[in-house]
Amino acid sequence: MNKQFNGFRGLRIVGHLLRKEFLQIFRNRGMLPIIFLIPFIQMVILSNAATFDVPEVPFHLQDFDRSALSERLIERFTSSGYFRMTGESFARTKGIDELVSGNASMVLVIPEEFEKELVSTGHARLQLMINAEDGFTAGVIRGYAEEIVGSFNQDQPALIPRSLDIGNSPPGIEIRSSGWYNPELVYSDYMVPGILVVLVTIIGLFLSGMNIVREKEIGTIDQINVTPIKRWQFITGKLLPFLIIGLAELTIGLVIARVGFHVPMLGQYWLIFMVASIYLLVLLGLGLLISTVTDSQQQAMFVSWFFSVIFILLSGLFTPIESMPHWAQNFTQINPIRHFVDIMRRVMLKGADAKDISQPMAILAIQAIAMLSLAVNRYRKVSS
Amino acid sequence: MSDALVTEGLLKRFGKVEALNGVAFSVRQGELFGIIGADGAGKTTLFRILATLLLPDEGRAEVLGFDTRASYRQIRTRVGYMPGRFSLYQDLSVAENLDFFATVFGTSVEKSYDLIRDIYVQLEPFKNRKAGQLSGGMKQKLALCCALVHRPELLLLDEPTTGVDAVSRDEFWQMLQRFRQLGITILVSTPYMDEASLCDRLAFLQLGKMLALDTPSGITNLFRKPLYAISADEKHRIVSALRSFQHTASAYAFGDSVHYTDLRDVPDEQELIAWLASKGISDVRITRIRPGIEDTFISLIEQEPAREQPHG
Repeated sequence: MNKQFNGFRGLRIVGHLLRKEFLQIFRNRGMLPIIFLIPFIQMVILSNAATFDVPEVPFHLQDFDRSALSERLIERFTSSGYFRMTGESFARTKGIDELVSGNASMVLVIPEEFEKELVSTGHARLQLMINAEDGFTAGVIRGYAEEIVGSFNQDQPALIPRSLDIGNSPPGIEIRSSGWYNPELVYSDYMVPGILVVLVTIIGLFLSGMNIVREKEIGTIDQINVTPIKRWQFITGKLLPFLIIGLAELTIGLVIARVGFHVPMLGQYWLIFMVASIYLLVLLGLGLLISTVTDSQQQAMFVSWFFSVIFILLSGLFTPIESMPHWAQNFTQINPIRHFVDIMRRVMLKGADAKDISQPMAILAIQAIAMLSLAVNRYRKVSS
Repeated sequence: MSDALVTEGLLKRFGKVEALNGVAFSVRQGELFGIIGADGAGKTTLFRILATLLLPDEGRAEVLGFDTRASYRQIRTRVGYMPGRFSLYQDLSVAENLDFFATVFGTSVEKSYDLIRDIYVQLEPFKNRKAGQLSGGMKQKLALCCALVHRPELLLLDEPTTGVDAVSRDEFWQMLQRFRQLGITILVSTPYMDEASLCDRLAFLQLGKMLALDTPSGITNLFRKPLYAISADEKHRIVSALRSFQHTASAYAFGDSVHYTDLRDVPDEQELIAWLASKGISDVRITRIRPGIEDTFISLIEQEPAREQPHG
């Protein structure tokens, strides 16, 4: 009976702590607007800005053939919407100059006898010089160019005036690819689930740790520590508000994703919220841990920043994990962001159920338990 | 009466600095006990140990019969601690701070109203103001209120009047006298000597050591040499003139005059006047005075072998 009463009172103290915490959060005029602007800004700006599309590649033309066929090929490039011609010249070195000066990202060189060779042998050569300062962009440009040349090849029989009647040549093997789960390869479909993860991460990692360090910095922690508030009550009172805010942010983000970006949601919402809660516990634990080893908000901010940059870069959000070196791929296994990004994409785009994502979910759960127990253990009301 | 607070050989190091170096003293129940010391004397470290926020490296402390190391839980519900730095939530209002600290101690402002009423009525007009926007005096009153809201048996007040105007300081000490009459034991630290005489007993803390512990009159009795107050129109020159006098034991400015002690048991006033006249200071008035607490403190510090002043 007495124990029950104590438990009830214990929870009431957590309630008082929560009330105080929310009072302070909603009174913080510097932070409150940001907390609620983050989802909008991230979703609207980042999802649109962080795409892999390279719009209107400026290219320089060197057409040494000047034939009807080369004319047609150039037209394919300029009318594709992917390329924009910035100039034309006939001196080899001029093409390089254009790349160096940045006027063009690609030089298209059509050699002499292009048409003649193509008509007589069915093969012809083209040269593409691409600025590969940024390897990723260069790859995308190359992809565009190959696509255009490929489709030009397809249509080639109709374009080439048939002087010789050799009969119907068999069509070559045609590859048709189709992207599953994201058939139109819409980048926002791919990015938005990941951006949602970043959103939850910012709230979970930065706000929680900073909050406790702030109490240290302004000395209020002393006043709290001399009260009979127990360790679990204080920690619950500190972590729960940010768990709630994190999930609220996720809700806003999901609404924007569905309404604003029409990102498919093939899986279950409850599953996403459940995983998000586990994930937030990992981050809140990390935030709490950081707050126990730092003395000022500046230090805590710096350490949190360090972790979040590494985790985000190695999360597969912007660069595929498959293209990382082996050791980095192994490292991503301990990266909570990687697993949450993975789960978000699988649940939203593929409709994965709890069983499908059981492995990454288990990893997150283990991390949550490990991180929280470590943090709770490190937190002390008495210093020695 | 039993002791409300006992410490034995408290020692606390921060790196190479010894903040406390063997502090042993006890405070009787119902006593208003003052700890006097300059900045860096170790006052805050002592209070943090007694408030169960810090563990000593050596020695032990017993607060209200409980060991600070083993029974910190029991101490925390029975002690009201007011840190030197204002440590309430600046972004919460007066009422919100009070309610918060009342509820986490499992009580309410109403239940303790009789105890805090005198302070609370002064705070009430500012009930909805944020704690951070209060004046220094009001902040201290709020902090005292929060420290009292759970009806502690012992108040630990670390420099409660630092940075507070003279009127508020007077009011504050009047309140302390009232709480003492209600039977609450009070341990208070202050850098102001004039406040020391208001304590039942007091102790001097200097560089982590206790130099003296007695009643205010007992403390001043430690001062054995005849003390003189010397004043003249050109007051500012007296100190340097006296310091070059061969029989001077000490000379320091004190209010309107200069306090002087002589190396000899019986000083020669005429010789002193002649010396000052030779330095161009005329119209000298010399009176023998009773030493105050500050005089005693200064002489005790000077008797201590000089140690390097720790920083930080």
